[in-house]
Amino acid sequence: MLRDITLGQYYQTESVIHKLDPRVKLTATICFIVSLFVVKSWVGYVAAAVFLAVMIRLSNVPFKYMVKGMKAIVFILLITVVFNLFLTPGETLVSVWKLRITREGLELAVMMAVRLSFLIVGSSVMTLTTTPNSLTDGMEDLMKPLKLFKVPVHEVAMMMSIALRFIPILLEETDKIMKAQIARGADFESGNLVKKAKAMVPLLVPLFISAFRRANDLAMAMEARCYRGGEHRTKMKPLKYAARDRIAYGVLAAYFALCIAIRIYL
Amino acid sequence: MSIILDHVDYVYGGDTALAVHALKDISLVIPDGQFIGLIGHTGSGKSTLVQHLNGLIKPTAGSIYYNGEDIHAADYDKKKLRSKVGLVFQYPEHQLFEIDVFSDVCFGPKNLGLSKKETELRAYAALKQVGLEDEYFYQSPFDLSGGQKRRVAIAGVLAMKPDVLVLDEPTAGLDPKGRDEILDQIAKLKEETGITVILVSHSMEDVAKYVERIIVMNQGSVMYDGAPKEVFAHYRELEQIGLAAPQVTYIMRALHENGMPVATDATTIGEAKQEILKALGR
Repeated sequence: MLRDITLGQYYQTESVIHKLDPRVKLTATICFIVSLFVVKSWVGYVAAAVFLAVMIRLSNVPFKYMVKGMKAIVFILLITVVFNLFLTPGETLVSVWKLRITREGLELAVMMAVRLSFLIVGSSVMTLTTTPNSLTDGMEDLMKPLKLFKVPVHEVAMMMSIALRFIPILLEETDKIMKAQIARGADFESGNLVKKAKAMVPLLVPLFISAFRRANDLAMAMEARCYRGGEHRTKMKPLKYAARDRIAYGVLAAYFALCIAIRIYL
Repeated sequence: MSIILDHVDYVYGGDTALAVHALKDISLVIPDGQFIGLIGHTGSGKSTLVQHLNGLIKPTAGSIYYNGEDIHAADYDKKKLRSKVGLVFQYPEHQLFEIDVFSDVCFGPKNLGLSKKETELRAYAALKQVGLEDEYFYQSPFDLSGGQKRRVAIAGVLAMKPDVLVLDEPTAGLDPKGRDEILDQIAKLKEETGITVILVSHSMEDVAKYVERIIVMNQGSVMYDGAPKEVFAHYRELEQIGLAAPQVTYIMRALHENGMPVATDATTIGEAKQEILKALGR
């Protein structure tokens, strides 16, 4: 039942996007998100849609997987749309009882919905094509300048990769404990909110204990292998830009320039 | 009164590329009061199979009947089924959560909606059945040793008074003494109450001593199903799938090959002893 969660999941396949340097993909994702807020006209959104469609096509990941990530934000999306639709002042189109839909509101609602869904799909292209490990590697490298301000970049990256690594483990553990308690007659589904919250105790207590136990074991194992943080640490496979990464940067720059041009001239 | 599995199939991961066919066309009859050993290598599907028995997993194809009723019928009471078919998971001590041992064991019967008195009586009886001394009853379950925690967890299922008790690897991670104690207690419980017990294990040694029927799983299918003597006669095939017959079987084979007139189907040390004494003419 919990296996359906695709958050931060990696989809294994062969593609140009998979082979790109994680730093390129991170930069591209950030640029794409920024571009969504730069453009304001429909032409801009068409450009973003085309860019996104090409990326999805190149990534060889079935479109179904991209949409799966959307399920998590359906609720947020709905709230955004409803609020924008009814609460934006302007020229009235339809009015029912005290609620009225304005032309501006409709435009804003659609725009918000498009923005949000592009944002999610765009970021899932990155997470689906990049392993959590190379993602944190890329992040560490991009954040290097922050070291000047005494930010513990390596440690932050390490914490992130451990956190990501633990998501599937804890999900599996949750599934197991849930089943064990159901076998003892526990009921997680019926009852009102208070009853449901109380029913979570037999799940959460063992889960927290197991999370602490695992964290403790991991810390011990790292210590036993003389882990001592980022100082003087070298990598077996340091990140290196290849020709395709430079081309990707070029494409990205062109796309971003186009978005700015659209914003200025249209 | 029995459990019947009728052509049960189960696939993990549904329609994705990562689908795993965990169970393939399993048909079994588990009559009341049998002591069964379910054996298989890691990943052979034995844990998946036992989770079908109390309806935690719904088979992809096929049906399961408990006492003649389809457990996945729309109007079937699954909660009642789970009180009748008690399942003790692997490392069950990881599911303990209450502030003291006694309340934790009370969790199961309380969920059945029993009165406070009945709940406590059952919890007390269950803790006695697993051989835990009174002095531990009001301690935090997290302060106990590994073996004691496991007993508490088993008691938590026993307190529901199941007719069928399924134990998934109850001895994993225990030392030989803890292992023998738990298995002896399960055997004693079986003898006293006459319930059906299904013992899941990958250790032939554990199982041979206690059970009357062995089911061997391999890659999601039932490979052998029969009395221990019959199953261990296939010891060469068992070795090929990463299992082994009990050590006495090998000794008896070796003795036989070296000219001692002993029967080779002994599965426990006791039987082997008698055979050897007989062969020596004493």
